[in-house]
Amino acid sequence: MFYIYCPYCGEHREEEEFHPKGQAHIERPKEPEACSDEEWGNYLFFRNNPRGVHHEMWVHAVGCRKFFNVTRHTVSYEILETYKMGEQPTITADSQKQPREAAAVSHQEGVRA
Amino acid sequence: MSQSKQQVFRLKTGGRIDRSRTLSFTFNGQRYQGHPGDTLASALLANGVDIVNRSFKYSRPRGIVAAGAEEPNAIVQLGSTEAAQVPNVRATQQALFDGLAACSTNGWPNVQRDLMGLIGKLGGQFMPPGFYYKTFMAPASMWLTYEKYIRKAAGLGRSPMEADPDSYDHLHQHCDVLVVGAGAAGLSAALAAARGGARVIVADEQEEMGGSLLGSRETLDGKSADQWVARVLEELAGCENVTLLPRTTANGYHDHNFVTLHERRTEHLGETAPVVNGRRPVRSRMHRVRAGQVILATGAHERPLVYAGNDVPGNLLASAVSTYIRRYGVVPGRQLVLSTSNDDGYRAALDWKEAGCEVVAVVDAREAPAGDWVDAARAQGIKIITGSAVIEAKGSNRVTAARVAKIDIGAYRVSGPVQELACDTIASSGGYSPVIHLASHTGARPTWRDDILGFVPGLVKGVHACGGANGTYALGDVLAEGVEAGVKAAAATGHAAQPVNLPSVERLQQGPAVALFQIPHEKSTLRGPKQFVDLQNDVTAAGIELATREGFESIEHIKRYTAMGFGTDQGKLGNINGMAIAARCLNRSIPEVGTTVFRPNYTPVTFGAIVGRHCRDLFDPERYTALHQWHVERGAEFEDVGQWKRPWYYPQKVNGKTETMHEAVARECLAVREKVGILDASTLGKIDIQGPDAREFLARVYTNKWEKLAVGKCRYGLMCKDDGMVTDDGVTSCLAENHFLMTTTTGGAAAILEWLELWHQTEWPELDVYFSSVTDHWATMTITGPEARKLLAEMTDIDLDRDSFKFMEWRAGKVAGVPARVYRISFTGELTFEINVQANYAMHVWQTLFKHGEKYGLTPYGTETMHVLRAEKGFIIVGQETDGSVTPEDLGMQWCVGYDKPFSWIGKRALTRTDTKRENRKQLVGLKPKDPTVVLEEGAQIVFDPKHAIPMPMVGHVTSSYYSPTLDSGFALAVVKGGLKKMGETVYLPMADGQVHEAEIVSTVFYDPKGERQNV
Amino acid sequence: MSNAATFDTRTDTAIPVESPLAFSYRHSGAPRAGSSSRVQLRERAMLGHLILRGGAIVLDEAVRDVLGISLPGKPQALVQDASGERSIQWLSPDEWLVIVPSGEEFPLETQLRERLGDSHYAISDVSGGQTVLEITGEAARELLMKAVIYDVHPRHFPVGKGVTTVFAKATTILRRPSEERWELVVRRSFADYCYRWLLDAAAEYGVNVEQ
Repeated sequence: MFYIYCPYCGEHREEEEFHPKGQAHIERPKEPEACSDEEWGNYLFFRNNPRGVHHEMWVHAVGCRKFFNVTRHTVSYEILETYKMGEQPTITADSQKQPREAAAVSHQEGVRA
Repeated sequence: MSQSKQQVFRLKTGGRIDRSRTLSFTFNGQRYQGHPGDTLASALLANGVDIVNRSFKYSRPRGIVAAGAEEPNAIVQLGSTEAAQVPNVRATQQALFDGLAACSTNGWPNVQRDLMGLIGKLGGQFMPPGFYYKTFMAPASMWLTYEKYIRKAAGLGRSPMEADPDSYDHLHQHCDVLVVGAGAAGLSAALAAARGGARVIVADEQEEMGGSLLGSRETLDGKSADQWVARVLEELAGCENVTLLPRTTANGYHDHNFVTLHERRTEHLGETAPVVNGRRPVRSRMHRVRAGQVILATGAHERPLVYAGNDVPGNLLASAVSTYIRRYGVVPGRQLVLSTSNDDGYRAALDWKEAGCEVVAVVDAREAPAGDWVDAARAQGIKIITGSAVIEAKGSNRVTAARVAKIDIGAYRVSGPVQELACDTIASSGGYSPVIHLASHTGARPTWRDDILGFVPGLVKGVHACGGANGTYALGDVLAEGVEAGVKAAAATGHAAQPVNLPSVERLQQGPAVALFQIPHEKSTLRGPKQFVDLQNDVTAAGIELATREGFESIEHIKRYTAMGFGTDQGKLGNINGMAIAARCLNRSIPEVGTTVFRPNYTPVTFGAIVGRHCRDLFDPERYTALHQWHVERGAEFEDVGQWKRPWYYPQKVNGKTETMHEAVARECLAVREKVGILDASTLGKIDIQGPDAREFLARVYTNKWEKLAVGKCRYGLMCKDDGMVTDDGVTSCLAENHFLMTTTTGGAAAILEWLELWHQTEWPELDVYFSSVTDHWATMTITGPEARKLLAEMTDIDLDRDSFKFMEWRAGKVAGVPARVYRISFTGELTFEINVQANYAMHVWQTLFKHGEKYGLTPYGTETMHVLRAEKGFIIVGQETDGSVTPEDLGMQWCVGYDKPFSWIGKRALTRTDTKRENRKQLVGLKPKDPTVVLEEGAQIVFDPKHAIPMPMVGHVTSSYYSPTLDSGFALAVVKGGLKKMGETVYLPMADGQVHEAEIVSTVFYDPKGERQNV
Repeated sequence: MSNAATFDTRTDTAIPVESPLAFSYRHSGAPRAGSSSRVQLRERAMLGHLILRGGAIVLDEAVRDVLGISLPGKPQALVQDASGERSIQWLSPDEWLVIVPSGEEFPLETQLRERLGDSHYAISDVSGGQTVLEITGEAARELLMKAVIYDVHPRHFPVGKGVTTVFAKATTILRRPSEERWELVVRRSFADYCYRWLLDAAAEYGVNVEQ
């Protein structure tokens, strides 16, 4: 059971209040009609499944009903940060080349447990 | 039942029991006595009960081995009545109460004379690891037959056949610091954290907090250890920021410091919770704890040595011997032989001797043991045999002798002559294993430490281990480590440290232990008598050796092959020994063999506590409309739609007989078609949409056009996901230029609101629009049928004339004196008015409708009739005609798709993909059975050629099928490949019973194809 | 005006109304444990409930002028007027719940709309869709711990806080208007489930239901 920092409510809340919505930062093509079938198929169906740092979208469904992003480690399940819709992550797979524990400690926002 | 027996093994003094009171209990039908403060196990030992169970696989007699959660044998079934049955209780963890009734979970017909034992003894030779797989899996079809007998023989306890009279619940806890274990480490940690001001929860699985200090030989500040425990507990109990939870086991450690604690609140008082002042307290409670920091002070389990015959009753852990003597005032035998690899084991011999019984010998594997306790034993005149071990226990129902010999640990062989020492008890100590189970639940890998010969826990963020759990055993160090963990944990949650003065502890001189796990025997492991590693699962050293010979090298595989550490045992006593044996066989070190991962739960948790209050009529929310009372009184049968309870149909009594569903639905259908019916449609999702861009937003989420919908008008809309598949539908009304009311399907209400927010928040935040759910605010009453207008006209000020209030329009006014919005929309194909009023007024309006409606034959109808009526009209139900793979065109609803809308609305692009444009997609059609008395099965598969060899190509399936009283025929909706171009063709529906139904593909509209009736 | 339709859903008081718990009282009763009760439940039925949506800057002044209380900008904040009869609760960065005495909601909405003019905002009347359950008594907090996953410890849940969270298997708004008093705002359709849950969970404390 995750303990998730909602960037809009400004506090940690229990996982039961949230719904996961899959991979974050997937933008709908601005001109869908200009997409080939393959490009549209990629937008609709193809998702990353990394071992390690992953960016996900969640919604605080039983709460403020706001969507936001979560940077989560898919092995340890540690949540490294959460950030509002429209913002970019400060922690990425690239920035995580150093041992993940150290990075997690250095970035406290949104992380308590 | 025979007469009570004497507690012949009870000491005259000592222990934490109350000898002034006597408790009576039964075990396997025999009556015994014990005292308050006893566990069931200590009371059984006091009464000299040697055999408490039969083993799982070999059906060997087994006795009590341990004094705590690690007990592998004394697993009992509790309960004197059927309703009170509780399986899989460890006798070592069950407090004794008056009237307790327990029996062995294993053994048939009883543990003393076990018929299965004969098979076990014969079969034992023939039951190597993997026996079940090898023997019973072929042929696979026979497993079910074998299983029945194996299960009967195995006896794993049973669940009650009657309802449990007790109640259980959950408590959601939040704290800064959770301390698991209230021994020396846990108490000092809790003290430090509590003084720092942190919110602290202390959970301890035992009847009393204090852990090993309750039976310790050591002193704190010159006083007995339990006095220090009492003082600390008093301080903690007085802190408002501390919650003490005795009899509470931390069973699971989940993500982000979420820990489940199982508190047994009344299990020590009786087999059901005692009623106090007419109220029955909660029997058992699950604390769901979200902790800032977790301190694991779970201590360590002593490891038994693995020698031949080590499962005969009378073989105990050395520490358990001490605990029974010092804490419960019970000596579990008369003559003791102690086999040890370390100084700690000596405590059992000292306690035994001080209890006035005979210590035959201490057998120490080390050549030259030296240390304070060794010296104390020598001073007491106890015989110490060095460089040796007990290589075999003799006896069948109780130990009769120990065979002792010199051993060469390095060469793994018996190196001297064997002497047989007569005794009735053998205690063994192979050192300690930190209890790392909880830390292991988090996925963190433990680390092997050669200096303590054990694994210490791997730690995720926010968790600390101290004391025995961390491989620290000297009391002074344990206390200091506890304080340090408490200070750190409090600091991590923002609480400054306060001084804690540690009590002074005498530092013991201890000699080094020797690494010893399996004891060599004169015969090889495979040929010699059985040496048990996991007593609960009957795993032997030979079994592990065999597994390694058969090529299992990873401990995870060996575990699965042998069942070591399975089930409720979770490897508490056996796993390290098993790994050591595997390591020896494979000629590797223990950490090279790996480590097993322990899983939740640490000990069995009763289902009651897992379920809590989420059972019976509180199992799941039941959502009611404002008219629920009326439906109940009218005798409605209810259908679950999501969490809603909707009237399904209203059976009436006709000539003293209650209508069948078929009769009731036929009556309700005809009433709507011929007179007027009424439906409670309050469950439809309603979303209030406001803002200057509301109209633009609707155009993007619906497939059809919204730009010209005028105030006062309503429009049906179809919603797709971006893959072009239909996901919801409903009518949206324009209340004002910037204000719309959207209705959704009953089940889709919450999801659609979230869907709208998703697109607004993530893709189109620039659109000025807000969405709010008003589902519960409005009650919706649908009156439909030819007489609907006349009925409504009697009780409203709204002009209902067909030209001033047209189909697909809404009006505001009063109905039955209540402000109402009335929508002229139809899901039945008949003249329909949907009356919406604030829900608090709903009952008044509904009843007024019935007052006026009687003369028009107003008939309440339920969801089943609604389904029949809409299907006759070919109206879809999302989720019934659709399944996430159906496009608007598949439904023949191109009329509802605005391909030329300026914005590329959700789903549009996908509708031009090659796959969605395919001509032979499954398309919605009507099916008319050739035999009108046939009602096709929903879900039935459709084929074009019933003579085709099996497997026949399946070309579609029935989505909805009913009997229509209006048509006096069965009819159905179905999806069929290329169906829209196959009107008039015949399809076939082969049924499971061999029948093949024939049906004609027809239009989806079976009734009033021109739609004239709703437009009158 | 923002070109939205307003609609006064209330009418003269002679017409009978039924609160969301009317069914529950008939079906499950209203237990009276007497003086030994450690929990008291009371429905504050028929109040005016409005959902207010918009930017805080847009709404704040209008709310202060019309209602005399300022819009709470801080997450989870709950503010009340001096009488405690009118309150505004933060639900999300652009959403607030306003609760006022019965019948005040429509005049309030009208005044707010007049005051807010053409700005972008939304007001939705949800008075028929939810009800307030008041919980008091020495065991109130423990009772809430059984049902609500949110931390209700006074250090974490001081007076003047309110959250939307999970109640058993339903959703609720939980607020603490005063030291002794907790309020659950439950949706009408879930009210019976929540009521039965509370009676069951509070049975061990003895519960008084005041009607």
